[in-house]
Amino acid sequence: MIVAISIGAVNVPLGDVWGIVLHHVTGTGTAHPDPALDQIVWNFRTPRVVLAALAGAGLAVSGAVLQTVVTNPLADPIVLGISYGATLGAVLVITLGGGAALAGLGVSAAAFLGAVAAGALVFALGQRRGRLAPTRLVLAGVAVGYAFLSATSYVQLQATPSELRTVMFWMLGSVAGAQWGQLPTVTVVVIATVTLLTLFGRRLNVLLTGDESATALGVNVNRLRAVLLLLTALLTGTVIAVAGSIGFVGLMIPHLVRLTTGADQRRLLPLTALLGAVYLVLVDLLSRTLDRPNEIPLGILTALLGAPFFLWLLRRNKALD
Amino acid sequence: MKLTVDRLHVTLDRNPILREVSLRAHKGDIVGLVGPNGSGKSTLLRTVYRSLRPADGVVRVGEDDVWTLSPRTAARRTAAVLQDGGGNTTGLTVTEIVALGRAPHHGLLGRDGAEDHRAVAAAIDRCGVRPFADRDYASLSGGERQRVLLARALAQIPQLLVLDELTNHLDIRARFELLDLIRATGITTLAVLHDLDLAARLCDHLVVLHEGTVRAAGPVLDVLTPQLLGDVFGVRARTERHADGVIRITYAADALADGDGDGDGDGDGETTAESLPSTGTAVRRI
Repeated sequence: MIVAISIGAVNVPLGDVWGIVLHHVTGTGTAHPDPALDQIVWNFRTPRVVLAALAGAGLAVSGAVLQTVVTNPLADPIVLGISYGATLGAVLVITLGGGAALAGLGVSAAAFLGAVAAGALVFALGQRRGRLAPTRLVLAGVAVGYAFLSATSYVQLQATPSELRTVMFWMLGSVAGAQWGQLPTVTVVVIATVTLLTLFGRRLNVLLTGDESATALGVNVNRLRAVLLLLTALLTGTVIAVAGSIGFVGLMIPHLVRLTTGADQRRLLPLTALLGAVYLVLVDLLSRTLDRPNEIPLGILTALLGAPFFLWLLRRNKALD
Repeated sequence: MKLTVDRLHVTLDRNPILREVSLRAHKGDIVGLVGPNGSGKSTLLRTVYRSLRPADGVVRVGEDDVWTLSPRTAARRTAAVLQDGGGNTTGLTVTEIVALGRAPHHGLLGRDGAEDHRAVAAAIDRCGVRPFADRDYASLSGGERQRVLLARALAQIPQLLVLDELTNHLDIRARFELLDLIRATGITTLAVLHDLDLAARLCDHLVVLHEGTVRAAGPVLDVLTPQLLGDVFGVRARTERHADGVIRITYAADALADGDGDGDGDGDGETTAESLPSTGTAVRRI
């Protein structure tokens, strides 16, 4: 992370970065002599790297859990419509809410509400005979996703060019706008939900055996699905609210971890969080450096890296044939 | 632990699936549940492992109605091996699958302790899955998988075993191995079996389900009469205890008992005639 902070439009020597971060975190040492550098490192780079790590961890763990909840290896927050719910919420505020005035908290809150609304809708539509049916959940997710997407497209037509630029940037996902003020909430939510979801690891393992077997192993399958779906909607909603809709992380990272360490969720989820964090920090680094001094939105890069992975996964996974 | 099913009614989508079903398994009994496809066998099992709530009637494991128990308490008493019970467990090793049997013994914060490791190791040894304990479940053969799932069930330390078509698609040796394993556990067992010969070999008692009701119940020889085999399964056959003590079913050459096969009589009238007489043997209805 320190390395990631040091590289950017302006390169800062590693030692200086370390000094600045240490100074701010512990209050010891001396402030950096160059206030501009201090500003860049502490107020722009550091929150952004921290946010990238949190977003990566959150999205990756959401994907891992959703794949188990709907027993579908292709599930992630986008497939289940949750991301599009967040997008609609954000885009509504950006275009109708008076743009800049409501930006910031307004956009984040709306995105969060959108995610939870989409999650709840998918949850309600995914039931059959009072039980959550995995296939129905996926289909409901896709349908809800399209509905939210078309609504988003309509709203965009009403947008002014400058609003449209904000919308585009947001839809493609980015951690460029990270501010210290946003981080406490995101940190708490990500750490709390990831911890809680990891505690559910044993039950997630049981859920892999199928609904009937899981029931016979003492798991209340319906309630477990409901709880997990709500937790992931909360997690995804929180992340997307501040970082925009970043795709493929939730799909790619859990599968990479599964390939190397197996599917035991008690190991899988913490490692997925870790790898997700590292991955998004690196991708964010690329997004800042590939086209210096311009930025490439994160979502473009994750999709660019994720799509070939997705195809490789399809070819490799015989169970999908 | 004993199992008591008392006047059970089950409806799915307003269709009655089970009507007035009662059965009893004493401690240590192996009770076979047989009947044609669609007779309600699996549905009955679902009510026992607490997956399906009956419209009326009770299922008691020990003295308690299973629906008064929490899911975890019920799962500490009853373990089930179901068809395709491996689910989508690609990526889990055999040991990890067997360890899932410890799930009902833990809450959210529970960690694996010495007792868990002992139970898992004992189940792995008992079912002979040690040689492939570290392999991915998905890479196993059908017979190996069933043994793993049985080991998972035994790791639950259950007092009632519920088995759904445990021996389906297995080669003959694997079938006999599994039957021996189950007998050796001494655990009260309710087993759905398609193969009547295997059922006759394994079970102390049989319960015959037909169109959602119990047609007959009791000791194997009393239940599998030519009359019942004809009425319920549509085959001509007779059941006898052979000199070696094993009960075997002999199917007639012209085995189909449904009318149109009747007239042909391709030379072998003897078996057919012999299996036909409908002696009203003492079949206990419950």
